[in-house]
Amino acid sequence: MTSALLTDITIFVLALLVGFEVISKVPATLHTPLMSAANSIHGIILVGAMLIAASANNALGYVLAFIAAAFAAMNVVGGYVVTGRMLKMFRRRPTPVPAGQDGQGGQLSPDGQGRQVARGGTPGASS
Amino acid sequence: MSTFDWVIQLVYVAAASCFVLGLHLMNTPATARRGNQLSTGGMVAAIAATFAIIIHAGTISVTGWIVMLTGALLGGGAGLYAARTVQMTAMPQLVSVFNAVGGGAAALVAIHDYINLAGASAGVPESTTVTTLLDVIIGAVTFSGSIIAAGKLQGLISGSPITFPGSRVVNMAAAVVGIGGAIYLIVTPSVPGLLIIILAALVFGVTMVLPIGGADMPVVISLLNAFTGTAVAMAGFVIGNWALIIAGALVGASGGILTKLMADAMNRSLRNIMIGGFGTGDSAAAVEGPGGDVRPIAADDAAIQLAYAQKVIIVPGYGLAAAQAQHQLAELAKELENHGIEVSYAIHPVAGRMPGHMNVLLAEANVPYPQLREMDDVNPEFPRADVALVVGANDVTNPAARRPGTAISGMPILDVDQAKSIIVIKRSMASGYAGIDNELYVNPKTSMYFADAKKALSELTAAVKTLVG
Repeated sequence: MTSALLTDITIFVLALLVGFEVISKVPATLHTPLMSAANSIHGIILVGAMLIAASANNALGYVLAFIAAAFAAMNVVGGYVVTGRMLKMFRRRPTPVPAGQDGQGGQLSPDGQGRQVARGGTPGASS
Repeated sequence: MSTFDWVIQLVYVAAASCFVLGLHLMNTPATARRGNQLSTGGMVAAIAATFAIIIHAGTISVTGWIVMLTGALLGGGAGLYAARTVQMTAMPQLVSVFNAVGGGAAALVAIHDYINLAGASAGVPESTTVTTLLDVIIGAVTFSGSIIAAGKLQGLISGSPITFPGSRVVNMAAAVVGIGGAIYLIVTPSVPGLLIIILAALVFGVTMVLPIGGADMPVVISLLNAFTGTAVAMAGFVIGNWALIIAGALVGASGGILTKLMADAMNRSLRNIMIGGFGTGDSAAAVEGPGGDVRPIAADDAAIQLAYAQKVIIVPGYGLAAAQAQHQLAELAKELENHGIEVSYAIHPVAGRMPGHMNVLLAEANVPYPQLREMDDVNPEFPRADVALVVGANDVTNPAARRPGTAISGMPILDVDQAKSIIVIKRSMASGYAGIDNELYVNPKTSMYFADAKKALSELTAAVKTLVG
């Protein structure tokens, strides 16, 4: 047992306790963004992937470094972007013009369709 | 320690602090975005510091740069594309994929480190072997398990519990090989031995998630999230980087808390969930037939009930998301609100396919978050509600949970039956995940509106409009 390992374990345990303390205060409303945010945080493994790319000196090392860098970068970028996208949706009040909000692909069409169905349904349902 | 090392370490500490504070700011929706930005800032700083280390050391080869940068660009591009285009209903799959790649990357870092050390003359120190093996095993289990979970959520693999003859044996064998191999490796370092352990861990991950049913997915995703965090923390031990240890521990804590919350919300132990879904176990619940008649209702009558109510509580369940009817529901709620009716949403912790999933779906449909109410908070309000509108929720509204002796006994439920009247929108009388009849449906106060959620909600909105418009 080295003293470095002991320091590492101390940091790990304390960080775990801080994590429990901080995260148990997050309301259920935000649990999905929380998990997504936690996901982006574990993308810090990109640091590890970069360091192995720096120390690699044979074909196997490069392959491992390449996959690790790709995985970790996907984790970091995707995690933060999608968390931001979700959090942007949480509003205190409904926005006056809901259509045309965040122009992310794929969201507008179901929304627009829904509106049409609702209007189209009026005569049928009332007759 | 040189000044350079000092600065780098301080940057890592700052990055870790940003992660903690970022998570702290997520305790209200109003500050959550700032939290995410702070966390992003921490990540950028940590990555910049790592670039500085690599440039300062100057030992990286040109190939190393190319490998690192092309890998990061490709992965980052894929992540960006997925994050921008994903539908909110598909969030659980995406989170699973991010768990998989995070765990996979953590395992790869340890594998690379181990191969290097095993090749060196000094050999592998025992303490390094232990953390390396933990990292590799947890990372590989997370990788394969998360891929299976994502496949199940996406519908590529059947969502129902999958067991094949001997699946339990394969699972146990993989565990034994993994643990046995790990003990052997601590004594005798060998690279082929490591490969066998990786393989065993991958098999274990697959056979662990396959028998778990769709409605248990919130627990599985949370658990795999905790695994990924732990794997990343172990990678921090292996390469001696505190930022990784702290970040990994935070994620491990987050995943752990969510796992417990989800399991509690279903009143099931983790062991029970891992062993298999309802019906595959020994849940010998006495399935009793409906103790009365169900009362069907037409759109117009349901609309009258809603339009003349003062307080309506909407109870959305996964069926709503499956029918993609969140926008129609939000529209109906807005219509009711425009006529001065108090509307709120009662959200069970396991509504959806991951923790808090339903909140995101409704937020996307432009429902303001103050209307999204947690179970414990909204339950006392049901007796004051004129109408409880249940859309696509089943087991979480079943009063049978209050009695002992049923498959869902003891599960915390929404007190929908306390409302003055109840309207349930449902396609048929089919039972929910627990496979038992819902006593709510035969309650004299309950009317059943048999229709597809999307169509039913559109019709209701139209009918309410004509009534009060």
